[in-house]
Amino acid sequence: MSSAHSTSTSDSDATTAVPTPVPRRPRSTARDLAQIAVFAALIAALGLPGALSIGGAAVPITFQTLGVMLAGAILGARKGVLAVLLLIVLVAAGLPLLSGGRGGLSVFVGPSVGYLLGWLLGAAVIGWATARLLPRYPIAPALGWTALGGIVAIYLVGIPVFSVVTGTPIGAAALASTVFLPGDVFKVVVTVLVAKGVHRAWPGLIEPRSWPWARRSVAAESTGTA
Amino acid sequence: MIGVFHPGRSLLHRAPALLKLGLLAAFVTAVALQGSLMALAVASVLVMVLFLIAWLPLRLVWQQVVPILWLLAFAVPVQVVFGGWEAAAMMAVRLVLAVALAALYTLTTPVSATLDAMQALLRPFRRWIDADRVGLTLALTIRCVPLLAEIVREVLEARKARGAEGSIAALAVPVIVRALQTAEHLGDALTARGFDD
Amino acid sequence: MTEIVFDRVSHDFGPDRVVDDVSLVLAEHRIGIVGANGSGKSTLARMINGLVTPSSGRVSVGGLDLARHAREVRRMVGFVFTNADNQIVMPTVREDVAFTLRRHKLDRADAAARVDAALQRFGLTELADRPAHRLSGGQKQLLALAAVLVAEPSIIVADEPTTLLDARNARLVSEHFAELPQQLVVVSHHLELLEEFDRVIVMEGGRVIADDRPGPALDVYRELIGSAR
Ligand SMILES: Nc1ncnc2c1ncn2[C@@H]1O[C@H](COP(=O)(O)OP(=O)(O)OP(=O)(O)O)[C@@H](O)[C@H]1O
Ligand SMILES: [Mg+2]
Repeated sequence: MSSAHSTSTSDSDATTAVPTPVPRRPRSTARDLAQIAVFAALIAALGLPGALSIGGAAVPITFQTLGVMLAGAILGARKGVLAVLLLIVLVAAGLPLLSGGRGGLSVFVGPSVGYLLGWLLGAAVIGWATARLLPRYPIAPALGWTALGGIVAIYLVGIPVFSVVTGTPIGAAALASTVFLPGDVFKVVVTVLVAKGVHRAWPGLIEPRSWPWARRSVAAESTGTA
Repeated sequence: MIGVFHPGRSLLHRAPALLKLGLLAAFVTAVALQGSLMALAVASVLVMVLFLIAWLPLRLVWQQVVPILWLLAFAVPVQVVFGGWEAAAMMAVRLVLAVALAALYTLTTPVSATLDAMQALLRPFRRWIDADRVGLTLALTIRCVPLLAEIVREVLEARKARGAEGSIAALAVPVIVRALQTAEHLGDALTARGFDD
Repeated sequence: MTEIVFDRVSHDFGPDRVVDDVSLVLAEHRIGIVGANGSGKSTLARMINGLVTPSSGRVSVGGLDLARHAREVRRMVGFVFTNADNQIVMPTVREDVAFTLRRHKLDRADAAARVDAALQRFGLTELADRPAHRLSGGQKQLLALAAVLVAEPSIIVADEPTTLLDARNARLVSEHFAELPQQLVVVSHHLELLEEFDRVIVMEGGRVIADDRPGPALDVYRELIGSAR
């Protein structure tokens, strides 16, 4: 299907006669930019009426957080966060891109703005961890990290903001947010299953990195042998 | 995309977006810090007058304010228990005022005007942020929304046609793969059309 | 006409060789490329503006080597893709055409005049402020063409520009192509379009197996797809 290494959209990775390694261009390539825009649009599309609904009459679940988690897990931290940020900016500008057709600045002075801003942190955590879980992407740790980003991080910003804006005690705000918990756990599982499949079929979306602690021990080893 | 904006010729429609943004920020801050019910009552009258000036369809205003009422239905009883009647009332009035005024901004300001205002606000940071590129990416995203909505719709229909209920993961994989393919093509088109120049 | 030169060009996607030692000098006005699915046509066409960089060999346009001067070449070469939906990058028709002129740094009035002229030429004036996604398939491909031509490229490369269109729209788009004064390189399965061309290249398995005037070249191609049946 695709191969990030063989087709080139930027001049920097062109095969030239010069054998010196070509420096990486710091700015986003056109493809990166398109991926960011497409995922921002995907998060919006998942909130459109009739896009997706499960459980029938049960608690309405918005699939936009699924889009946020996927943005981090598929594109990585930088591109994932930028995708979420793009969406937030467009919402602020007055486009009704949040589920239920919400949009405009009223979202940003309301009590649930913290959850929206929490999406940024959530995508960052998931993207950061995914780069370290790849290329193997073992399911159990992936579930843990995705839950940390997709649930803990988002609630960590969302609940205190809700509590401050509405003046309710933080415990009550936290309790209220648990209605979303089953849906969010479900979305974490979906995100991990999808990411596992997509990264196998489409390698090269996120450059694998090593955990900070792993790097430190490697460095220690190498200095030890030197 | 038209957005929440409702066209009109009122004073509020004609005021520059940056000025409106500044006033909105000042008002929301003032209301948040305000301790007396009297001051909030005055602010409420002010907001109502502004809505009259803007002369917007009631339905649109209602749509904007309804989500906050749902939240208040939860928050007010909690506040009454923990903080008493007065605190609960103040909180509710503050929130409704802030949301209503923000809605007023959005209803009277075209999306493009807000985006221009944002670009203007970015100008001092031009050493780090290329406002032109940001503007293009925002436009590209707006262009992509119908494209992605179509992809989600087609994948859902394909599933229905097969009669398979399948897991949501089995549904999401084709959506993501098609989204990535779309990004690949758009990236090529951007390059071919000189985006990097 | 500008010379498009492929000099011993090969390209691999992973283990697969999809373009195999192709050498060509294209200087005719209208050049067609045909071949079975997967024969490497798109890959070859995309090399002309550097969307694909060959694994080995060189491609140059008007003496400019793509490996070093992709940007300059892209200013001369307009590219029309199969699926116009993926080529339209801006929300409205007018904005999308204007996007191409961004790199030309024209003043506002000048740019607007050129955009209007391009829209007019393809009958899109009425639709200028519509969201691009509301256009019909044929209108979208005309928009793609308008957006490419507004920059006045000297070469136009098109990869199956009519494949996704119904017969009527395909004819409409083909007619517009036939009227273009620019040098054309068109990948197409619509053989009628290529019959009027100056030269047709037939590809198979990444190689050029025929390179001739349309008559004899298309005969080779018909025989090829006939024998496959
Ligand atoms: N980005 C890519 N990554 C991996 N393989 C690719 C890629 N693009 C094309 N290929 C493969 O290269 C071969 C040639 O593809 P190409 O698109 O050039 O063929 P084509 O002649 O244009 O075919 P079609 O008539 O179907 O458009 C095919 O086998 C295809 O699967
Ligand atoms: Mg092709």
